[in-house]
Amino acid sequence: MKKDQCYSGAQLTWLMLVRLFIGWHFMYEGLVKLMNPHWTSLPYLLDSKGPAASFFISLTQHEGLMTFINLANEWALLLVGLGLTLGILYRLSSIGGMLLLLMYTLSHPSFIGADYLMPFEGSYLWIDKNLVELAALGLLCVFPTSRIIGFDRFLARKVPAFVNYKLI
Amino acid sequence: MAEEKNKQSNEQGQQPDKGRRDALKTLATVPVLGAMAYGVYQKRKDALRDRNISDVFSLSNRQASFLEPQPDGKQIRIGIIGFGIRGKQLLRAAGFAEPSWIDDRIRDAKNNKNDSRYQQYLEQDDLNIVVNGVCDIFDVYGDAAVLAGANIHREGSNGKFGKEPKRYRYYQELLAADDIDAVIIATPDHWHSTMAMDAARAGKHVYVEKPLSWTVPETYRVREVIKQTGVVFQLGHQGRQTDCYQKAEEIIGNGLLGNVNLIEVCTNRNSPNGAWVYDIIEGANPTTIDWRQFEGPEERVKEYMDYMKTYGLERYVGPEERHKFSLERFFRWRCWWDYSTGLSGDLLTHEYDAVNQIMHVGIPHSATSSGGVYFFKDGRTVPDVLQTTFEFPKNNMTMLYSATLASSRNRGKVFMGTDASMEVSNILEVSVDRDSQRYAQKIQQGVIPTDAPFYSYVPGQNSSDTVTSATELYFAKRGLLYTYVNGKRYDTTHLHIREWLECIRQGKTPSCGIDQAFEEAMTAHMGTRAYLEGRTMYWDPDKEEIVRGEIV
Repeated sequence: MKKDQCYSGAQLTWLMLVRLFIGWHFMYEGLVKLMNPHWTSLPYLLDSKGPAASFFISLTQHEGLMTFINLANEWALLLVGLGLTLGILYRLSSIGGMLLLLMYTLSHPSFIGADYLMPFEGSYLWIDKNLVELAALGLLCVFPTSRIIGFDRFLARKVPAFVNYKLI
Repeated sequence: MAEEKNKQSNEQGQQPDKGRRDALKTLATVPVLGAMAYGVYQKRKDALRDRNISDVFSLSNRQASFLEPQPDGKQIRIGIIGFGIRGKQLLRAAGFAEPSWIDDRIRDAKNNKNDSRYQQYLEQDDLNIVVNGVCDIFDVYGDAAVLAGANIHREGSNGKFGKEPKRYRYYQELLAADDIDAVIIATPDHWHSTMAMDAARAGKHVYVEKPLSWTVPETYRVREVIKQTGVVFQLGHQGRQTDCYQKAEEIIGNGLLGNVNLIEVCTNRNSPNGAWVYDIIEGANPTTIDWRQFEGPEERVKEYMDYMKTYGLERYVGPEERHKFSLERFFRWRCWWDYSTGLSGDLLTHEYDAVNQIMHVGIPHSATSSGGVYFFKDGRTVPDVLQTTFEFPKNNMTMLYSATLASSRNRGKVFMGTDASMEVSNILEVSVDRDSQRYAQKIQQGVIPTDAPFYSYVPGQNSSDTVTSATELYFAKRGLLYTYVNGKRYDTTHLHIREWLECIRQGKTPSCGIDQAFEEAMTAHMGTRAYLEGRTMYWDPDKEEIVRGEIV
């Protein structure tokens, strides 16, 4: 059970840094959107490119669905951020974050020839920062730290089901 | 080493202070939330501090308002005269589309999920009108108008239609009909005023396409008739319904630009269609087109010829004989002064009317024009490149109109003032002048930037009190944002017709009424005459006359 907690000091430090940085990033992205009542993912979705573009664009054609997507995105970002930062349902949070990033990547892949309205702030070929963050979350998932530092210490004891279902 | 540590921590777990350590490790990252809260607070404070410019830049949060329809309004019975390109658009905006147009939109929507024009059209408000009469001198257009008028459910060719409106071959007969309250006139320019006057005399309310008139003398007469008869009159400058213009008026009214001394307005098109080289429709021939009616009202043609002859402008007449049937002249009439008012009447008027709406400038003191037929050497007599400079000494400003039909490089509608300049399109942006006195202190404090637009207004967004994010603006400028937001975006032509109908119902005066129309027409005529005669035209406000030679 404690196998995953056998980290050296340096290992734990870097794992914690990556976890907190990604957590911070998600949390702020969520907060910024929640604090702006006019925020909508609509133009971003409309600007989708690549094989999944038509799927993302079709999502924008229903007003109710758009409201749901906006809310889901805002809260998912915030909750994933909180989960990573505080170490709550760590594995679930990491995988949630990866799913969000996967969606962004599918909607805005860094393919050759794909031009976006909103320019990227860097230069990418196939691999962009979303994918790097996604890989880092995958890494965190297999090197968990929340039962060393985080609420999962407590949760794992109180609700063993979380552990059984691999949510922690 | 890690195993050792693990062992250690297990041992520590047995210690009496285990609970405290455990709690510490559980909550160790909670302070991060505090840091986040502090950071967000600082960021908000920073954003708000930077925007506290209310002492020098006071602007309301007011959103554009339009005359709203009353729920229990009476049904209005419409007739339409002229069912060419614009007539089709107008009737569509009023809720009656040709079934074939609907077919095309359904097909477009099927082929491209992003094309929501069909859906948007279905969602357009019902204006509570019925089309009882249509009139066109070309049979194909006349038949199409009947189909459109009967298309009460906005359906494609296989749909269910309502009662067909009566098709008239002479507009006078349509005007005499008892079952018509109001008419939409979308004929070539040389018929506008004549039909508007006849309609008013017949007691019908009038929506007429711009420009108001083709000759100068008829401009006075149509104003008189509309005023005497008291019908509700709207000129077809749908730009009156542009959301941003209301905000622009407030900005200039509040003096936020300083002294506006130069306005630049432009037309930039680069396609045969944009240059009025329209398609010649199948089925058009001397038997399906009533050419005699197309020639124009005799009295008007005489006024036109009198002017051209008096000032030695015969080279602009024709070149073909007026009575000679010509498909080109029928479909591409805008290319010849014989029927058209050229760039001045067709496109300058939109720009001028916008400026007149925003600044209430009235008729200019003078107009000077230059230009020529430089690209479309297809036999046309109207220029395809035109510059007209209007002087407004009372307002201490110049309005420059610059147009080309052979380059689509976009130049905006720009109001230049001593303290700031403003560009108005579907969105509005104010850029502060680096040498402004009004904003000098704020510029120095770094609160107001001068290297980028500092205030932006995006219709439909309450952006006056929130920070419109760079991303939103980026998308809005490209027209992506408010096309779909809240699912509904109004077509300005629809709103313009709606306003006219509501004014009929509520006894009000439309925004582009006969006084604005008179100003629009005279301004355009001054520009046209200046071009044709190659000299500056002046406006005598006391005599209400266009005069040549300096007024002291």
